[in-house]
Amino acid sequence: MRNDLFLDKNEPVPIDRVDGKAKVTGTATYSAEYKVQNMAYGVLVGSTIAKGRIRTIDIKAAEKAPGVLAVITYENAAKLPGYQAGKDPAKPQATGQPLRIFYDNEIFYYDQPIALVIADTFERVLSAARLVKAQYEKVAHETDLETNLEKAKRPTGPRFEDYKRGESDAYKSAAVKIEQQYYHPIEVHNPMEPGSIIATWESDDKLTVYTKTQGVESTQRSIGDAFKMPPENITVNAEHVGGAFGMALRTWPYEIAAVIGAKKIKRPLKLVLHREQMFTNVGHRPETIQKIGLGATADGKLVGLLHEATAETSAYEEFTEATVNISRFLYACPNVTTRYKLVHLNICTPIWMRGPGEATGSFALESAMDELAHELKLDPLDFRIRNHADSDPEKNLPWSSKFVKECYQLGADRIGWKDRKLAPRSRPEGDWLVGYGMGTGAFGAFRSAATIKAELAPDGKLILQCSVNDMGPGTATMMTTVAAKEMGLPVNKIKVEMGNTTLPPGPTQGGSTVTSSVGAAVYDTCVALKEQIAVLASKEGSPFHTAEVHVIKPEDIEFSESGISLKKDSGVKVSYADLLKQNGLASLELTKESKGSQQPYSMYSFSVHFVKLRVHPATGRIKIDHVVSCADAGTIVSQKTAESQMMGGAVGGLGMALMEDMVVDHRFGRPINNNFADYHVPVNADIPAVDVLFVNKKDPFTNPMGSKGLGEIALVGVAPAVANAVFNATGKRIRSLPITLDKLIET
Amino acid sequence: MINFDYLRVTTPKAAVDAIVTNRNAQWIAGGTNLIDLMKKGVVEPQKLVDITNLPLKEIKKTSNKFSIGAMALNSDVADNELVQKEYPLLSLALKAGASQQLRNMATVGGNMMQRTRCPYFYNIDMPCNKRQPGSGCGALKGFNRMHAIFGASDKCIAVHPSDMCVALVTLDATVVVTGPKGERRIPFQDFHRLPGELPQKDNTLERGELITAVELPDQPFKKNVHYLKIRDRSSYAFALVSVAVAIDMQNGKMNQVRLGMGGVAHKPWRLKEAENFLTGKAPSEPVFREAAKLAMRGAKGYGHNNFKLKLGPNTIVEALIKATATS
Repeated sequence: MRNDLFLDKNEPVPIDRVDGKAKVTGTATYSAEYKVQNMAYGVLVGSTIAKGRIRTIDIKAAEKAPGVLAVITYENAAKLPGYQAGKDPAKPQATGQPLRIFYDNEIFYYDQPIALVIADTFERVLSAARLVKAQYEKVAHETDLETNLEKAKRPTGPRFEDYKRGESDAYKSAAVKIEQQYYHPIEVHNPMEPGSIIATWESDDKLTVYTKTQGVESTQRSIGDAFKMPPENITVNAEHVGGAFGMALRTWPYEIAAVIGAKKIKRPLKLVLHREQMFTNVGHRPETIQKIGLGATADGKLVGLLHEATAETSAYEEFTEATVNISRFLYACPNVTTRYKLVHLNICTPIWMRGPGEATGSFALESAMDELAHELKLDPLDFRIRNHADSDPEKNLPWSSKFVKECYQLGADRIGWKDRKLAPRSRPEGDWLVGYGMGTGAFGAFRSAATIKAELAPDGKLILQCSVNDMGPGTATMMTTVAAKEMGLPVNKIKVEMGNTTLPPGPTQGGSTVTSSVGAAVYDTCVALKEQIAVLASKEGSPFHTAEVHVIKPEDIEFSESGISLKKDSGVKVSYADLLKQNGLASLELTKESKGSQQPYSMYSFSVHFVKLRVHPATGRIKIDHVVSCADAGTIVSQKTAESQMMGGAVGGLGMALMEDMVVDHRFGRPINNNFADYHVPVNADIPAVDVLFVNKKDPFTNPMGSKGLGEIALVGVAPAVANAVFNATGKRIRSLPITLDKLIET
Repeated sequence: MINFDYLRVTTPKAAVDAIVTNRNAQWIAGGTNLIDLMKKGVVEPQKLVDITNLPLKEIKKTSNKFSIGAMALNSDVADNELVQKEYPLLSLALKAGASQQLRNMATVGGNMMQRTRCPYFYNIDMPCNKRQPGSGCGALKGFNRMHAIFGASDKCIAVHPSDMCVALVTLDATVVVTGPKGERRIPFQDFHRLPGELPQKDNTLERGELITAVELPDQPFKKNVHYLKIRDRSSYAFALVSVAVAIDMQNGKMNQVRLGMGGVAHKPWRLKEAENFLTGKAPSEPVFREAAKLAMRGAKGYGHNNFKLKLGPNTIVEALIKATATS
């Protein structure tokens, strides 16, 4: 039973990351690393207040500093035509008026850019930037979610109406119930590569940018909107992205600033955000306060579930995420109500961060499930199995595929769940207390359109082109894997060209969609390519064309590096070189758009995370012993990069559980730990062995490969697994992230 | 960061002259703290005088003392065989600090001169009496999770962040300095100071005085030593609380005891009352707990750091148990 759940051992050896060597040897070029002739350097100066207006801004000293080419502020900046029309240069991410950089003197949040200083060298611009001095007219700011909860209101639009199935209060009269509040602080994405852009105006209406983005086409559209330029006049390059986690899903004001700056100085301009600005100017996972009411029958059947969340957003936009949605479908429960509200604060607009919404929501839901299991004296796994949703109770549709029970089994076996004691604080080991916990994750298995251009050369080399880029999961590797398998080609015969708007359109990298979308497009393109090859092979003069057989089908053909042969008779063969030559072709080219269709199924990826840890009650120290992450993500397309992605998600989840917390001093409206020394993410020494297990069962409906996305479910559910393990170890329920040692110290 | 001049010197005299003649000049050694401070605009020297080439890297043992040059790298000291043999506590404390990369750059003198990690000190838009006297203490009623529980004033509740210095104060080190008025020696426990009314002054150095070496007396603490650092992650994090223990065990009793604490005060903290209490006693957890209680006398929390009042004594007890476990 168990063996067939693992990856098929007959599969070929998984391939290495195709760009791995370039990345570790430093030859992969990131946006800020491109060499552009005559390039100038920009630095953004930020507001020192969180709300109010700029009264005066003195740039004279900065302008006179050595090497300075320009100092741009709202007083001297060209007003963007897209701004004046009030158009949203970052649609469709958020409702509201996006921050218009250098537009007027309004200040909405601390460190909002108020000036762009440009000089001929990096050192000179840094020095000059210190000379810009602003005076403000301060207005009382609001940055504290807790003290502003009464201002919470539903976001605009029907999507955010309260969701109600059955009765809202059903949980209250259940035999066993809990009602608790859960807190999630501000988390910042902070990829290693900071926000960076090089903008070059090739002419008055032609622009080239190298920028950090998860979608070159979305950046192209956003800049086009802001400057009212046809998108095709803008070329966006972002082949390699040094991590993003959602931070580069929209075009930020700093990118627009660089484009404005480059136009002003009529030279290419490079602008790289400082690490501090990565905390304040490019979004974050919003601070969220959640309430869960959960009730069950005495034998552990869920009766009712209430999930309310209130999150912050900026003063100028409504950023929303699906925080409460996971409660609608994860378990079979007749009575479910969810509510979602926002509070406007003086902070930069949040942006989707890995497992957006679901990561926050699952912390509350999966903690609450553990709490109720404890009340019921049930094993939390058993409790979940009793409430397994056999179909989607929200959409009333069958699942396209769901193997959560298999994930439970795999993970429980690997972590040693049988050693877990039902009663908390029952496993002391020396001065430490050992505990086990688990949490479930889910995320929609989406697919969007993608177009692939393929070119097969006479020597069997295959070039695949798509504008999609790679923020780290291994998109090029995935594409190579799919093509290698379909075309019978070795990896080194396949070249992927990506991350550029001059290439055929592809999706933005976000929402765990790229393998489903681009992988499927590569698959479909290879199928079409094989059909074309079969057509050429069927022609008169081809060795495949005989008196009896005039039509060869792709399934009759063995495709290989050297060419094609007949499956039935390998002696009948032709090289690609000869086949192309016979047909007067230099190469075989094909461009194909591929997209999914509406299906009467509910499509989700699922994950189950298991954590074994120990707590030292005298000092509150937590040591993670073992993490097992199991995924039901359909067919695993690229095993190595999929495993890495799951591991990365687990590490991110551990950071969320134990460390990440951007602290704002509300007296000043300023973050006080906006640097990597004070804002903690895990280091290697914090991370134990992370085992990744895949169910690896094909989903019949998502796409031709049967894959489902992995990026988000890698993280969703990790934090509650940690919190639940802490409870099992100590008997202490921590409902406020992160679980730092001060919350666990006992006298 | 502003533009600055850069000068490299090769003799202590030239180093001192360069500083004495220019009020806006500052020495730079490993730069692991100063560069951050310059990037953030906390300090803006117009001239940097690079002292990494001074002939002050030697680690040597003479008949009655042990001397470590001020320019010796933290990693070299930590890995030095003599240090590991004679002063294992110092090696342990050094290895608990920063990261390997930082220790490869940071010098002994620079480690002593590093500034507090108080976030209000680092953000120039915030009030901070240490950075800008008279502007107020942002941490006092602000976010003060990392802050002092001993010896603070209403002007400043910052802590000294070093691990190495906790070992040095525990081991009764002496700081050798040279300056315009010649050479002098400062007992380590008098080197750093409490904030009082002058939080801008971290230590008792006079302008133009250069640390040339740290000296350690002969000591019996070779075996029963421990450095326990409690922090928010396993590496590259400053101590919430750290405890340095050095004990000389004779016939099952604690003949000599040295106890130091980090992350709790404006200077590396020495626990003499607890040392005296423990001296002559046999090690046991109740005895350690009593000593920890003595050590915590006068401790005061400021809100976010109240947990240190519980963490402190528990860390002292654990460190004493670990130090005495190897008999």
